Amino acid sequence: METSFVSLLLTAGFAFLVINAMLVSASILVYAERRVSGFIQNRPGPNRVGPLGLLQPFADVFKFVLKEDIRPAASNLFIHSMAPVIMVVIAMSTAALIPFADGIVVADLNVGVLMLLALTSISVYGITLAGWSSNSKYSLLGGLRSAAQMVSYELSMGLAVISVVLVAGSLNFMDIVNDQASGGALLGWNVVRNPIGCLIFITTAFAETNRAPFDLPEAEQELVGGYHTEYSGMKFGMFFLAEYVNWFVASFFIVTLFFGGFLIPFQPQILSLVPALEGSTLLAILQFASLMLKVSFFVFVFIWVRWTFPRFKYNQLMTIGWKYLLPISLVNALVVAVGVYAFDLIGL
Amino acid sequence: MFFLLATLAVAAAVGMLVSRSPVASALWLVLNLFCVAGLYLTLNASFIGVIQILVYAGAIMVLFLFVIMLLNLSALPQLEDIQWTQVAAFAVGVVILAQLLYVTALGLDVPIEPVSAETAAEVGDARLLGKELFTRYALHVEVAAILLLAATVGAVMLAQRRFD
Repeated sequence: METSFVSLLLTAGFAFLVINAMLVSASILVYAERRVSGFIQNRPGPNRVGPLGLLQPFADVFKFVLKEDIRPAASNLFIHSMAPVIMVVIAMSTAALIPFADGIVVADLNVGVLMLLALTSISVYGITLAGWSSNSKYSLLGGLRSAAQMVSYELSMGLAVISVVLVAGSLNFMDIVNDQASGGALLGWNVVRNPIGCLIFITTAFAETNRAPFDLPEAEQELVGGYHTEYSGMKFGMFFLAEYVNWFVASFFIVTLFFGGFLIPFQPQILSLVPALEGSTLLAILQFASLMLKVSFFVFVFIWVRWTFPRFKYNQLMTIGWKYLLPISLVNALVVAVGVYAFDLIGL
Repeated sequence: MFFLLATLAVAAAVGMLVSRSPVASALWLVLNLFCVAGLYLTLNASFIGVIQILVYAGAIMVLFLFVIMLLNLSALPQLEDIQWTQVAAFAVGVVILAQLLYVTALGLDVPIEPVSAETAAEVGDARLLGKELFTRYALHVEVAAILLLAATVGAVMLAQRRFD
């Protein structure tokens, strides 16, 4: 049992590293979002705190920590404090499923895909409970909106993920990524083999992370602040943190499921040209770099979309979810299943 | 690990029955479902454990919570306070029943077959489970599917009638 103890310690250390990386990346994302928003709106964005405004997120965090923690008088205090904790814990747990390079992942689960769906489906508790326990109309409305929205979009997301699982024939993220190495260079990526599933997944990822144009649970103009109206100080900061981590992790999973994950473009060709690279540390580093590049692109897309599309109205949100996305994803899953069967028959 | 999870599950179940607020009840039930999922995980049945969380905690309980929050709670009939003498009597009854069942089970002398972790993991595997479901138990799956379809149609019908 000694070996298992050592591997347990190693996993714990790695998980610690990933959690800290996520925390740091959240601050980078805050900075990136504010700067890119600035550029899109033709203004400089934060550029006073530190060189180029790089210390702005740290100033923000200090402000959160130093602020008074206000608790609404008639609220359920235990649940009120629990809700942000749930959000952060779940956001951090999903990070454990990301394959960073070949063989490098915190939790290499055989049911990794299902775990991802389970965790996203649980994260709705955080927002709903935050809205309910605050004992405020605006918060409750935000919480209810989020519950309805996330339940509606989870179905389409699940079906999009199922179409990927059908193509890869496995529920393990590592297998799904390695499966995309087949079929030549970029053609093996699931975005080519399953483009509709990819579009659906990206759309639902926006909805599940409550990012614009699906940010109805926190629509400032209608709900004051949404589900976190009654939160202040670091508890609000935790919601903020969870949102940014969710956004980052969602970009990771878009890349993992549809854009070849950690695979370097043309990886099979490069490996056949330089066979010494196979299994080396350099390859792992290159894979990690390529993953981060792709993820950065999708992080940028999230900001880009935020300033391009106006927020949906609530009835539009439900119409898109139930009348368009769900039927399309159902048909897509069926078509992919038939396609996989047909390709198996002709032996491709 | 088993005793920790089992105790927590039982405590959560009791909490669900005892608490007088519907939301608190629902949350206790969620905790209970998580503990049961944890029990599945300790049994190496990761697929069933994750499905437990995904379906029960993630989908069904969220809907429950949604409905509870939408309901006007003050319009509901007030739950009566708990009569602790009745609870005590019930607890004693359960303990005696458990003792009786334990003695009977010992008398039956059923041998416990040891199951290795590998076979348990194999049985809990998604691939094997799917294969079994769609070959040996295909009829059961179909019957369940038709039942669910009928329930869905019924729900739509009921909702439609209210709007007409």
